Amino acid sequence: MQIAVISGKGGTGKSSISAAFATLSDKVVLADCDVDAANLYILFNPTHEEEQVYISGQKAEIDYTLCTNCGLCASYCRFDAISLVNEKITISDILCDGCKLCSRICPTEAISMIDSNDSRMFAGTFRNGKMVYGRLAPGEDNSGKLVNIVRDKAKEIAKAENIDTIIIDGPPGIGCPMISTITGVDSVVIVTEPTLSGKHDLERTIEITSKFNLKTWVIINKFDLNEDMTLEIENYCRGIDIAIAGKLGFDPQVVQAMVNCKSIPEWIPNSTISKQIREIFENIKN
Amino acid sequence: MINPPNIKIAIASGKGGTGKTLVSTNLFYTLQQNKYPTTLVDCDAEEPNDLVFFEGKLVKTYEETQKVPVIDKSRCTFCGRCHDYCNYNAIFILPPFKIIKVIEDLCHGCGACSVACNDMAISEKDESLGTISCFDIAEKSIIIEAKMKVGVFSPVSVIKQAIKEAGNTGIILLDSPPGTSCPFIHTVSTADFVILVTEPTPFGLSDLKQSVDTLKTLNKKYGVIINRAGMGDNEIYDYLKQEHIPLLMEIPFDKTIARNYSKGEIVVKDKPEFQEQFLTMFNSILEQNANSSHQR
Ligand code: SF4
Ligand code: SF4
Ligand code: SF4
Ligand code: SF4
Repeated sequence: MQIAVISGKGGTGKSSISAAFATLSDKVVLADCDVDAANLYILFNPTHEEEQVYISGQKAEIDYTLCTNCGLCASYCRFDAISLVNEKITISDILCDGCKLCSRICPTEAISMIDSNDSRMFAGTFRNGKMVYGRLAPGEDNSGKLVNIVRDKAKEIAKAENIDTIIIDGPPGIGCPMISTITGVDSVVIVTEPTLSGKHDLERTIEITSKFNLKTWVIINKFDLNEDMTLEIENYCRGIDIAIAGKLGFDPQVVQAMVNCKSIPEWIPNSTISKQIREIFENIKN
Repeated sequence: MINPPNIKIAIASGKGGTGKTLVSTNLFYTLQQNKYPTTLVDCDAEEPNDLVFFEGKLVKTYEETQKVPVIDKSRCTFCGRCHDYCNYNAIFILPPFKIIKVIEDLCHGCGACSVACNDMAISEKDESLGTISCFDIAEKSIIIEAKMKVGVFSPVSVIKQAIKEAGNTGIILLDSPPGTSCPFIHTVSTADFVILVTEPTPFGLSDLKQSVDTLKTLNKKYGVIINRAGMGDNEIYDYLKQEHIPLLMEIPFDKTIARNYSKGEIVVKDKPEFQEQFLTMFNSILEQNANSSHQR
């Protein structure tokens, strides 16, 4: 089965919970789909078995030996990426969306398209199974597609190795990469915090997840920071028929686990929080 | 206060949840209390949150749109040129069956298909990408919120428009989107200075390094705020020293801060000494900015 762990925002403890889940099974495939800020490899230090280049898009580039500075390209570009800089037609790498229109219409064929190829997908082995993660290079786009590549790889490995649990650590936000993360999973776990903004994000997240017919769970992390807000979130979830998988208290050992490159159950196996995480995980799996 | 400065400061963090919103809203509040004309732009368009902390009066709201092609099948000859020109695979065509369809979710509105079509079969319509809303919070104190429409391929257009809306005068704070991909770059590339908010943990450090590398390639001035100081390890401090990155401020881990923040309260409200820290930091940013040759 595939379990995706997401959160409206990062920093809610989503990665710590994914890491905990990953070490509670004998053998898992762990897919880190937070491709914009992949982190779990820090805890698990997977071996480097496979690497794949991911082409996230293209950027236009001018060959100035051919360009006559006619300015036609600038009038076609809808992304304001082409302008005169010191009297010279110049393309901004940041603004270029890679649509290729300038290259198609340039009368002297001075513009070519260069692949953005700094992003990668990695796969390897870690102490509880296999791990796949993606890394989007700074400034590159289309993380949704990279998420799909990571997920496909995870499925392929799971099949080849006969592993039945795939844990997916999702990206923050509610954009394409999040949608790519939850499409076709069995369960989605939303990690939230008892803050007003956390509740706000949770509502926006559920607005999307509810469009997919998925078993959805909510974990309220650090629930004791604001018990009134926790209650509000619980009531909200009850009202829309979403199960609370559990509540976890604030525990400074969570950070200590991370600092020591361990998951929570690995670092403090006999603590209350580890026990609770185990219960939550059993709940979700059954 | 004399001569209100003109400066654009982006507040960012590798991932969300490290305190970026806490810093943005509290810095905004502090500047407001000190009568600086300040605009806070919430560029975290997927999950804008800054308004949770303030009461404001909505003064203006509008939709940011993009063009999406509309194909007139009675004119279309199914030549396939539009499909060939589309670099985003947003046009689906099956000539033998006379099927042609624009997949609007994939369309970036580049206009290439319209250029491609020789049979005048393509016109364009406006599709909403999200909304830009402006709120008056106090005198000369404005919040502009960029909010992406759910399911849109990228928040970049609404973010760009919200930043444009803020103009170029006074102090402009940009609460930036998480990560280091396009939305982040589009936001910080317009700023004079970037405040990176991070945590003293291995995850925080890894994200910080990625943000720093990105800002270096963009040639930006930046400094770091360590949030939840005292909670993790010290590696981050070694990194800052080694890279000569200014440590702008430390926010200690404190349950009352966390609790007040969780209620949607401004943490510095009843803490003048804390406001003082934000103000000192702001002044040091002004100084660092004035000392640089970098011009807006
Ligand atoms: S259209 Fe071609 S020749 Fe004209 S300015 Fe652009 S790149 Fe140069
Ligand atoms: S590829 Fe498209 S976005 Fe990039 S510069 Fe050319 S016309 Fe503009
Ligand atoms: S406007 Fe651009 S992206 Fe949209 S369908 Fe036409 S060619 Fe494709
Ligand atoms: S280019 Fe024009 S005529 Fe040709 S398939 Fe596209 S819409 Fe039809």
